Amino acid sequence: MNGIHDMGGMDGFGEIDRGEAGYTPFHSDWEARVFALTNSVIARAGSNADEFRHAIERIHPARYLAASYYARWLDAVETILADRGIVTRAEIDARTGHPGVAPAAAARVESRRHRAKDERAKFRTGDRVRARNINPAGHTRSPRYVRGKIGVIRRDRGIYVFPDTNAHHAGEVHQHVYSVEFRARELFGETANAHDRVLIDLWEDYLEQAANPPPSAIKSKRKRNPR
Amino acid sequence: MSDDHRHDPNPHGPAARVKALEELLVEKGLVDSARLDEIIETYQHAVGPRAGARVVARAWCDRAFHRRLMTDAVAACAELGIAGPEGGHLVAVENTARVHNLVVCTLCSCYPWPVLGLPPAWYKSFAYRSRAVKDPRGLLREFGVVIPDEVEVRVWDSSAEQRYIVIPERPAGTKSMTEAELADIVTRDSMIGVGKVLAPSRAGGRRGAR
Repeated sequence: MNGIHDMGGMDGFGEIDRGEAGYTPFHSDWEARVFALTNSVIARAGSNADEFRHAIERIHPARYLAASYYARWLDAVETILADRGIVTRAEIDARTGHPGVAPAAAARVESRRHRAKDERAKFRTGDRVRARNINPAGHTRSPRYVRGKIGVIRRDRGIYVFPDTNAHHAGEVHQHVYSVEFRARELFGETANAHDRVLIDLWEDYLEQAANPPPSAIKSKRKRNPR
Repeated sequence: MSDDHRHDPNPHGPAARVKALEELLVEKGLVDSARLDEIIETYQHAVGPRAGARVVARAWCDRAFHRRLMTDAVAACAELGIAGPEGGHLVAVENTARVHNLVVCTLCSCYPWPVLGLPPAWYKSFAYRSRAVKDPRGLLREFGVVIPDEVEVRVWDSSAEQRYIVIPERPAGTKSMTEAELADIVTRDSMIGVGKVLAPSRAGGRRGAR
């Protein structure tokens, strides 16, 4: 889904607040509890990491931005347990004596079918590919900032479960994941540094073959960027 | 942070809610509170960036290990007894005079737990996640790292199962240091790519802080 979580390339969040010296994994007891509870219960509840991530993505954007990191985790765990009828929000409300936040948006899966027909790799190292312009309503790990952009396959990472279907329990659909290299200028325009690159691991269904560049473009690129 | 916040007495707040949820899950037989204590203990004390620092120091001192690490980081870390959740598809990327690597997860907070522990708050922040891919050089300057124009900044967005650890450059003037001494100067930030490792004389009081 084109959610608030898909933040790569956004502006306006300001400087990095680096005020954390040393190793401080939790900033309060309840954060530690949420972390441990999540790690214990997701699989036991018949869920998985993809569905958990999607439950975070389904939080209303205003709350997503206002809530702390582990408050979002707690929302997501509640969503998954409530969706399965394991623990309802009403049960939790009754214990605390106070109503919780509004539930997350319902998960929506399109009838869009995955394309990978078998587990044979469709791309090879060095292939030029375009990140497909997909906008699924459900879970996806193809961020907006790469869609429609052209990159180069740098490595075949092997075969993995497809998150877009797995998050919705619509099949594991094993397929290749590739490390794809994009020029920063391809992603963010001519003001980006000419040398900079972004590498991102993308499932085969997120990619399509791109036409080869004209020979002159290849030549000048090789000159500028010898490897 | 005040004690009030730490214990969060607010009945609307997440502390009250997670407590209620844990009670309900224990009653339903889905969660064991002692097991939760163990998980917390593990991530507070057993796991953390010292593991990654051992990997980096070994790679600096042992050429064959370095080669194995760059080829198969999972197997190389296992040699040092380092493995665990979020580490099954670990990839090591190396800084050189020509390339500076930086790791981010723009979509959530993916991070190599067995080598670095759980991520610092800033790694999960909206500012870091949004800017790392579009403005890596500006972001690095805020961390005090200035990358020359002609050096490639290579950003790794961990969007799939791969998790990344940056192998920073070994600082000059550390030839006489032992592997254990070197591990002591390797910072968490350098293994995410937002810091450089400094030789002890220059690291001074900042040693081990980040």
